Amino acid sequence: MDHDLLLDLYRQMARIRRFEEEAARLYTERKIGGFLHLYIGQEAVGVGAISVLENCDFVWTAYRCHGQYLAKGGNSRAGMAELLGKATGCAQGRGGSMHFYDSSINFMGGWGIVGAHLPLAAGTAFASKYKGEKSVSICFLGDGAINQGAFHEALSLAALWKLPAIFIIENNYFAMGTPLTKTAATEDLSIRALAYPMARDSVDGHDIFAVRSSVHAAVQRAREQSLPTLIEAKTYRYRGHSMADPGTYRTKDEVEAKKQRDPIFLLAEKIKSTGLEDKISIIETEIEEEIQDAVRFAEESPFPSPETAHDYVYL
Amino acid sequence: MDTPTINSIFSDPGLTMREIQIRDAIKEAMSEEMRRDDRVFLMGEEVGSYNGAYKCSKGMLDEFGAKRVIDTPIAECGFTGVGIGAAMAGLRPIIEFMTFNFSLVAIDQILNTAAKALYMSAGQLRTPIVFRGAGGAAFQLGAQHTNSYESFYAYTPGLYVVAPSTPFDMKGLLKSSIRNDNPVVFIESELTYGLKGMVPEEEYIIPLGLADIKKEGSDITLISWSKMVHVTLEIAAELEKEGVSAEVIDLRTLRPLDKEAIFNSVSKTHRVAIIQEQHSVASYGAYLSHLISTEIFDELDAPICLVSSAESHFPYSKALEPYIMANKDMALPKIRAVLDRCL
Repeated sequence: MDHDLLLDLYRQMARIRRFEEEAARLYTERKIGGFLHLYIGQEAVGVGAISVLENCDFVWTAYRCHGQYLAKGGNSRAGMAELLGKATGCAQGRGGSMHFYDSSINFMGGWGIVGAHLPLAAGTAFASKYKGEKSVSICFLGDGAINQGAFHEALSLAALWKLPAIFIIENNYFAMGTPLTKTAATEDLSIRALAYPMARDSVDGHDIFAVRSSVHAAVQRAREQSLPTLIEAKTYRYRGHSMADPGTYRTKDEVEAKKQRDPIFLLAEKIKSTGLEDKISIIETEIEEEIQDAVRFAEESPFPSPETAHDYVYL
Repeated sequence: MDTPTINSIFSDPGLTMREIQIRDAIKEAMSEEMRRDDRVFLMGEEVGSYNGAYKCSKGMLDEFGAKRVIDTPIAECGFTGVGIGAAMAGLRPIIEFMTFNFSLVAIDQILNTAAKALYMSAGQLRTPIVFRGAGGAAFQLGAQHTNSYESFYAYTPGLYVVAPSTPFDMKGLLKSSIRNDNPVVFIESELTYGLKGMVPEEEYIIPLGLADIKKEGSDITLISWSKMVHVTLEIAAELEKEGVSAEVIDLRTLRPLDKEAIFNSVSKTHRVAIIQEQHSVASYGAYLSHLISTEIFDELDAPICLVSSAESHFPYSKALEPYIMANKDMALPKIRAVLDRCL
């Protein structure tokens, strides 16, 4: 396997994890307000999927958006500054944790109403097709979103109009605190694709190579045949739904068992087996420098000035 | 090529005028803009092969093809969101709601996404999109098909809200709405699609945010928008017989509001009545009343009169409807009471 690729995937996942661990610390120091939904444990899904995209492709996700933002190429300084509500943030302090944006890299956010961003992702896919461009749109959603009307309407239209869109359910088994067993009558969430219909797959979301291979096939299908795909990636989040959630609806044993298949750990083992162990510590040092720099940058950045509070309501 | 801007039909006597219906004015506006800009397309229920539920897109499928005149399934939330996403990727969609009653199925997409995306992204995501269709009451359609939602939409910053009353205004303002880079809620009226009026052959646009004085007068200012402008003109005619000179302001655009036009008129007449089809509680008319009474209180010689539909739903039976829906007979006694007030 390509060594550079292995190391790059490792770097991407470890970078997201360290970014969020620092975010959690800043939240407990009350430097970050509002909601803070952490992606920790799910990194292989975002990184794996985005790693097979081109720059021109669109990425949409819900409010647990830091991971996809960083994976698409988002700047860690601008991300951390956004969490602190600073003028230098990726939404100049208008968005916060749930609403990261960077249109220069087609990272389309960062949306707070469960399921509502799926039609939007179908919309950028529609625009690509309308304009005759080859870009595809990829949309991440949680298992909690699959019972919303917007989910069904978006998939139905994507299939009907043959849109180059890929919907990835990050099944972490909990819609906030409600277990999947209470919200869906099946454990294979990809079978919902049969109704529209569209291609489907269900993959181990802890295995970044499984994610890559599934999404790669879907991207080809979208780019070459203009057809949508629904992928379920079975994953797990180690933290609560948000920092405000202690996660008492599941046992410590369950969480610990899931951590045994931590995606970053699994990839590290693979890298070590190829004799690249020393590269890991170099990468970790570089990530640490980047994240500490991002925190420093965010803390030192100014808050938006009051006279800008009304900006961006209208063009 | 610059399109001439005309604010009022009376302002340029050199135009070649002909009489057309509102539905034709709407079709002309959409068709002209689609010829001008490939990014503009029309999407909605029945807009293509059926030619529009109210025939506002008659012939457009033939001219522009199925790529740009797109029939949708009945899935307002879905196709509204698709339109918004497409706008964010650089297209300029026109989303037709067969009636605005159905827009509530998509209201999260309009209020929570389209209206807020520019702000939440600090200017990165732009949503040049028009949501248009029939608003307001028709006759005997029952409660679920009889709603005036201007106040709902005007409540939300980030949206433009346009509600014209004549073919001339409808065409010029719809063209401006399609060219605007913000999301625009463009409310037509089910009952007036067949209403005829003079519209120039020549291309023109009307800027958003400008009211129009539909009748000049000196004793009282009557403010209205959308279909109720026609009711208000009937009220003004009735008052004229009683020796009262009423000025009728058609707001045309609720967001942004032409405050200057209102204040100028009230400073002349010193009395105001607002005639709206909405219910009064938390309504646009109630906001106007607040605005006038706080910003030009000293100009008022009488309390502001707000004529609204009753605080009830709309019944089916024609025997009941006149008692609920704002109308001329309901308005006149209230307006006379304001005229009779002395300081």
